[in-house]
Amino acid sequence: MDLKTKALTRSLWVFHLSTGSCNNCDIEILDCLTPRYDVERFGIVLVGSIKHADVLLVSGIGTRKNADRIKRLYEQMPKPGFVVAIGACACSGGIFRDGYAMAGPISEIIPVDVWIPGCPPKPEAIIAGIVTLLGRLK
Amino acid sequence: MDNKKKKVVVPIGPYHPLLEEPEYFALFCDGEVVVDVEWQAGYNHRGIEKLCETKSWDQITFLVERVCGICSTSHPFAYVNAVEDLAKVEIPERARYIRSIVGELERIHSHLLWVGLAGHFLGYNTVFMWAWKYREPVLDIFELITGNRQSYAMMKIGGVRRDVLDEDIPVVERVLDELKPKLEMLTQAVLDDPVLSARLKGVGVLTAQDIKDYGAVGPTARASGVAIDVRRDSPCAAYGLVNWQVITCQEGDVFAKAVVRLLECFESVKIIQQCLEKLKKNRGPIAVEVREIPPGEGIGHYEAPRGEVFHYVRSDGTNRPVRHKIRAPSFVNIPTFRASCLGQTISDVAIILAGVDPCYCCTERMLTVYDAQSGRKMMTGTDLVRLSQEKTEKIKQKMGKNG
Repeated sequence: MDLKTKALTRSLWVFHLSTGSCNNCDIEILDCLTPRYDVERFGIVLVGSIKHADVLLVSGIGTRKNADRIKRLYEQMPKPGFVVAIGACACSGGIFRDGYAMAGPISEIIPVDVWIPGCPPKPEAIIAGIVTLLGRLK
Repeated sequence: MDNKKKKVVVPIGPYHPLLEEPEYFALFCDGEVVVDVEWQAGYNHRGIEKLCETKSWDQITFLVERVCGICSTSHPFAYVNAVEDLAKVEIPERARYIRSIVGELERIHSHLLWVGLAGHFLGYNTVFMWAWKYREPVLDIFELITGNRQSYAMMKIGGVRRDVLDEDIPVVERVLDELKPKLEMLTQAVLDDPVLSARLKGVGVLTAQDIKDYGAVGPTARASGVAIDVRRDSPCAAYGLVNWQVITCQEGDVFAKAVVRLLECFESVKIIQQCLEKLKKNRGPIAVEVREIPPGEGIGHYEAPRGEVFHYVRSDGTNRPVRHKIRAPSFVNIPTFRASCLGQTISDVAIILAGVDPCYCCTERMLTVYDAQSGRKMMTGTDLVRLSQEKTEKIKQKMGKNG
């Protein structure tokens, strides 16, 4: 493991990107930060800019209007970094798969490292997904 | 107003820490003071109304649930009301109580979520953590009686999908009894806090006239003294069968909106407790069978946590609607920014924008704008490109014919 990857396994800073989701996944992500789940004790913090982030959390289907912005945000993310697709929409398009506004799923727009399915995934599932990612790194 | 004359444009969005969802606001500023606001939408547009035309009546309940995750029972609620209006179906009494219970639990969770986020926007993360901590037991009740923390899938045309079990009722009652003192503590803490008063009182004031001009609904309207509430004005489900009050405030500022939301939580607890009492006595079916949807039109309302949500369906007698129209409360609440933000400083605008509890994924439906004076259709960029391409196509055909 090189130094950069090793540094990543410590405290992950995450940036949350909603790309036409229904808010369900978004509030479950925020739930992870609040007292019952409190991922901040592991050093996981939500940051306001992609340029500070190690992980890009993507929720939503990736609408046509957003597709270009998703790519641009991914390019701005410092590497090495990870992309986590959260929720059925981000993983496969879910119920919106046949819609005309669909540009995703996310893996067709940017490379995705972890898929967390569910509509919405419970906070436990989201934490488990991130833990699995960290385990793979080590 | 002429935008070129204004010196500074402060963009908020599309991806901004303040906004959970992608949305773009341009604030035109003169010094610190905001003189104009522009709003750009469409980042969340998923084409739900069109997708509804490809799904059967029963599938649509699940699709409209995903219009918005926070009010994920309000949209199905209004939709089943619309279809029941179309098919002239009376739902059983037990289903009425269960519908109201789920609707009111959602209101508590949504209002607590707003109080938390408002605290976060003000830099008061203690309020954020408290409110979200007290919201968790409500989500536990959801998990107990519906099987999911969000997206409950309880509504069904003709009734509800699942029954509330007898052994679950005491658990729900106990959790609500425990929640009440915590809510009281949070309400007192928020209302008595001198810093919050200083930040929120007199900020982003909407008068009753503004509310009428913009047609705003829900807690936004009730905080300005306009007592409108679909639950009282056209009662559906069990709202006509239980005692509760419409909460109003007169001031119209962000503080009043917080007061209305916090006090509404207590009314919701009251409604749920009464419904649970009635459930214990009322044995009966939870749904009637609806075999066919006749041709015709139906409308349905429901008071979502953010205001009136409206669904319209038209049927031609087949197993799917010909047209399904959704109007969410934020669609009429967001334009009030023009009345509440102008003349305020940039630092206050964040909380004013959050004050109406905007939900962008609810709002973003396709619409065509017509100029009120000339009646002409306003063109978007895509329309212009399409017109241009069509002209080329026509010319090509003509030349092909002639030459």
